[in-house]
Amino acid sequence: MNDKNATANSPKIPPKIKAWPMYRAVVGVGVACGLAIVSVFELTGPVIQQNKIELRQKAIFEVLPGAMTSAAFRLTGDDRFEPTSSDSEGSDLVFAGFDDDSRLVGLAIETQGMGYQDVVRILYGYSFETETILGISVLESRETPGLGDRIETDEDFLGNFGILDVSLSPSGNEVAHPIEFVKPGKKTDPWQIDGISGATITSRATANMLRASTVWWIPRVRAQREDFEEPNGEE
Amino acid sequence: MVPNNKHALPSGTDEFLKGFWKQNPVFVQVLGMCPVLAVSNTAENALAMGLATSFVLLMSNIVVSSIRGFVPKQVRIVTFILVIATFVTIVDYLIQAISLELHKALGAFISLIVVNCLILGRAEAFASKNGVLRSILDGLGMGVGFTIALLCLGAVREIFGYGSLFGLELFGQHYQKWVVMVLPAGGFFTLAGWLLLFNWYETARARRKTLKEAVA
Repeated sequence: MNDKNATANSPKIPPKIKAWPMYRAVVGVGVACGLAIVSVFELTGPVIQQNKIELRQKAIFEVLPGAMTSAAFRLTGDDRFEPTSSDSEGSDLVFAGFDDDSRLVGLAIETQGMGYQDVVRILYGYSFETETILGISVLESRETPGLGDRIETDEDFLGNFGILDVSLSPSGNEVAHPIEFVKPGKKTDPWQIDGISGATITSRATANMLRASTVWWIPRVRAQREDFEEPNGEE
Repeated sequence: MVPNNKHALPSGTDEFLKGFWKQNPVFVQVLGMCPVLAVSNTAENALAMGLATSFVLLMSNIVVSSIRGFVPKQVRIVTFILVIATFVTIVDYLIQAISLELHKALGAFISLIVVNCLILGRAEAFASKNGVLRSILDGLGMGVGFTIALLCLGAVREIFGYGSLFGLELFGQHYQKWVVMVLPAGGFFTLAGWLLLFNWYETARARRKTLKEAVA
């Protein structure tokens, strides 16, 4: 009787938790999940890659109004441009657009930078004739729908392009006035980009990536304009 | 004597249909509000997000229900999140393979399906306590209910905000678009409207039922 009371009054010891079943469950499920992800990645990878190339091809004609064919060129070690396949990849590519009469309309150049959520990749069109950015097209973005993604839809913001001056200095070695970001409605010069109220970070990131890209690319492509004159384009 | 358990569990049909109306994830449980408000600016985006969420919900319910005897309760949440994150990653790849434009339109909200409390909620509250078949019915029903709710919001916002439905122009060029409806504020307005309508209907139905019983 006393023994029974002692047992009843003693503090309850919680059952010992075994570690092995926990390891087994988490590691087992983790390995299975990893295998599933890699398998799907391998299956969908080529299709996604093809989609990205098609999207870029479509974007080239968007940012180069009037272009009917395009051709890809790769920057070589001696700062010249040589034709390459249109499904090539790399940060050393530019895409020339040609009109019906095979005249050069301009170049489409890809750039990327950190937005609010993640990396934003855009393609912009450059005109040799007017020395301006003709337009932009967003290739990849994870910006907030309704806010950051307005860089693709905001008419005032898109109105910055087409007249965005990236002309070279008299020496021809540098952009005379690198692109600047200004607050909405504060634009006074043709090389400035009006930001978007409510999407300040993404619009500023767009201006910054365009500035960095144009400062690097424009002097090089202008110096070698004749490399793009002979079209070998794809529709 | 064998107890009569006929009504202990709802029938398969009830299990499937409860997500449509009685336990609708959006209009009754008010779950997963982040994608509901953010991605319902057009009917197409709403449908895509609804289908993506339904797929993750269904698959995670199946897996969680299948492994429920294998996973100790101390590590169940981390295991469920692992399973859900895997299916979200798979959905992310699939959407990129189907359409990059759609993937771009849904933006960061595909990845954020991982933290949609509807999915973890169903895994924890239902799939981890029920068999595979019932979990499939629950996942399908809740997924369809979520998709319908998102479509209700997306359709209203697109019609007023863009004057179109699934991209088809409804009112012609002279329609003055209600821009606010496609902005975040429009999501709150539309959700409030639908909740008001839903609750008004439910209250009226309950009152009619009470009256009917009183008369009988």
